[in-house]
Amino acid sequence: MKLHTLPLLLVFVITLVSEGYAQTSTVAEIDALRAQIDALKADYDQRLQALERRFAALQSQAQPAPATQTPTAAPPQTAEVPAGAQGAGGPTGPLPVYGGAAAGSKIFNPDIAVIGDFLGAAGSNKVNPEPALTMHESEAAFQAIVDPYARADFFFSFGEQGVTLEEGYLTFPAVPGGLLVRAGKMRAAFGKVNTLHNHVLPWTDRPLVTRNLVGGEDGIDDAGFSVARLIPNPWIFLEATGQVFRGDSSDVFRSTKRGDLSYVGHLRGYQDITESTNIDLGISYARGHNASGIVDDRDLGQFRTTLYGTDATVRWRPLRRSIYHSFVGRSEFVWSRRGQPNGIQSALGYYFSGDYQFARRWFAGIRYDRSKRADDALLTDKGQSAVLTYWPSEFSQLRGQYRRTQYANGPTANEFLMQLQFSIGAHGAHPF
Amino acid sequence: MYSLRNKICLASFIAVFTVSLSVHAQGKLNVVTTTEDLAAIAREVGGDHITVESIAKGYQDPHFVEAKPSFILRLQKANLLILVGRDLEIGWLPPLIQQSRNSKVQVGADGYLDASLQARILEIPQGQITRAEGDVHPLGNPHYWLDPENAKIIGREIFDRLARFRPDDRPYFESRLNDFLNRLNDAERRWVGMMAPYKGTKMVTYHRSFPNFAERFGLDIVGYVEPKPGIPPTPQHTLDLINEMKKANVKLVLVEPYFDLKTPNSIGRATGAEVLVMPPSVGGVKEASDYFKLFDYDLNLLINAIKKTGAN
Repeated sequence: MKLHTLPLLLVFVITLVSEGYAQTSTVAEIDALRAQIDALKADYDQRLQALERRFAALQSQAQPAPATQTPTAAPPQTAEVPAGAQGAGGPTGPLPVYGGAAAGSKIFNPDIAVIGDFLGAAGSNKVNPEPALTMHESEAAFQAIVDPYARADFFFSFGEQGVTLEEGYLTFPAVPGGLLVRAGKMRAAFGKVNTLHNHVLPWTDRPLVTRNLVGGEDGIDDAGFSVARLIPNPWIFLEATGQVFRGDSSDVFRSTKRGDLSYVGHLRGYQDITESTNIDLGISYARGHNASGIVDDRDLGQFRTTLYGTDATVRWRPLRRSIYHSFVGRSEFVWSRRGQPNGIQSALGYYFSGDYQFARRWFAGIRYDRSKRADDALLTDKGQSAVLTYWPSEFSQLRGQYRRTQYANGPTANEFLMQLQFSIGAHGAHPF
Repeated sequence: MYSLRNKICLASFIAVFTVSLSVHAQGKLNVVTTTEDLAAIAREVGGDHITVESIAKGYQDPHFVEAKPSFILRLQKANLLILVGRDLEIGWLPPLIQQSRNSKVQVGADGYLDASLQARILEIPQGQITRAEGDVHPLGNPHYWLDPENAKIIGREIFDRLARFRPDDRPYFESRLNDFLNRLNDAERRWVGMMAPYKGTKMVTYHRSFPNFAERFGLDIVGYVEPKPGIPPTPQHTLDLINEMKKANVKLVLVEPYFDLKTPNSIGRATGAEVLVMPPSVGGVKEASDYFKLFDYDLNLLINAIKKTGAN
């Protein structure tokens, strides 16, 4: 009896007290309380609805998809197979969308750039005619740091004939012993022009000596290893590079078995004369099997080609006006000794070039070429060029080149070459 | 006898090697910076316990530095590389780092300090950006060192690294940092006071090198000689700029020391504006030989020109 009356009493007392309190409280306070209760109620309603929606979504995942979907559901991370593409053994229905949820994951994508090289030619050339207009090359570059130990660089060259991997290599920049190690397919460190991609050359073409003795546009570009070390000395920058390749490089080296590797060595010395002027000197060596003794994929002749090269570059760029004026003078000499069934062909070739930037957007240059031919040292080609380049911006350039070539086995060619280069994507570093 | 000589040789070699190693260990920390401004701040904090060298000169356009092999040799020996960041050095620093053979200064290593990470960065582009806007910096304007507040932040960051590399020298670096911060606080008060009467002065600059400077000292940059970042002046843009300057009565054109004065001078003639070669970097002119003198020089140049032209 007592137990029952106690809560009753309590309720009675609370009611009395609250009534008494209510009498003393203002209408505004009641309104405020009511608003609070309403807000709480709305809040709970919202939470309840959210829970119900989640419950429904879970149910719909567990069971076969219902015919209708609630419009409040989150945007699905799926894509449909396009209309007309169904059947044929392919996937049907919704497809997963990878990475769509996290745009942040794209942060690890490599730096991507595409460089277009559009060429035009006019005039006559009976020996080595190039088409009137050609999208000569589209180079796609993908570059990124792989992990704390290495970075990777890929350069794909899309030409009119198809796609080639121009370079694709891994670089270990901080190997103990002060070494810079590379593995993959790369342009060999033979001289200067051989190391450069088309878009950084100051001309629309490559010098005759490159064409005749060092494999032309592709040059010595092969799969292998490269090790470069700085040679400490108190005077100048000195770098020695040693490279081993499979032995297949355009028409310079050809390998038919695993042991027929090719080797390239390069020594580079560099010195600042003043803050604006510097000199860059190099000597190069390359040796490998050539194709002259190969019959039915067997190297019966075992003939080898040995290349010796020297290069010299003088640069001038006044720092206060570095974006307006500069000069680069360059020369390379290459001596090729090519073993052939008819004896060793000993051919020398060289070029001299000068390029002067006379305004922020304008460059003028000249080049003199002379080279014997690797497979017939009795034939000598000569050439002269004048080049004018205009840069609308850092990312595009227009170039005209007048080229006169005296071929050993044909009429002299007089040509006007036009080049339009343009780059999109990541801002690559300028090579030095 | 033979083996004794061998042993002596070996012992002397080890001795020389050990001595050279210990000399190296006690030697100064070798700091390389990309610009002279960072070198000046590092010098304030590091004092004579570090050696500091800058790759770019103050009178050189820091966007277009050549990646010379002589810089590779400097980076090879560096304990700490301090860079401006925000893609300012994107055209030349990556190949230098890659060829340095120095694991300490590779991207992300302890000796790689991007000074922009804590600094106040302006003009961070919003939304879609393309190169139709010129050579825009997608990560914001990299000329942030021209605000003394940012120099304090950079100074603290450099102190952190130096103290981490040389814990024994921590008190030395700390007292130098505090001294630098105190002097900079005083100088900043003085500079802001000097510029207070000229708040809101309108001006035109060649490149977008001065947004942080303008913000700190209450200047109003109303246009640029470049039509777009990195794009040389065009006749139409120059004409439009002259008209705008006449309309808004702009009497000052600031030009960085590495830009051609032909277009700015013709703008000056057409509008009656004063053309000032104003260094945005330490070493840009001979007088701006450290971080304090850079502001002293720039602000005096500006105030004299404002007084002369009545630009205010």
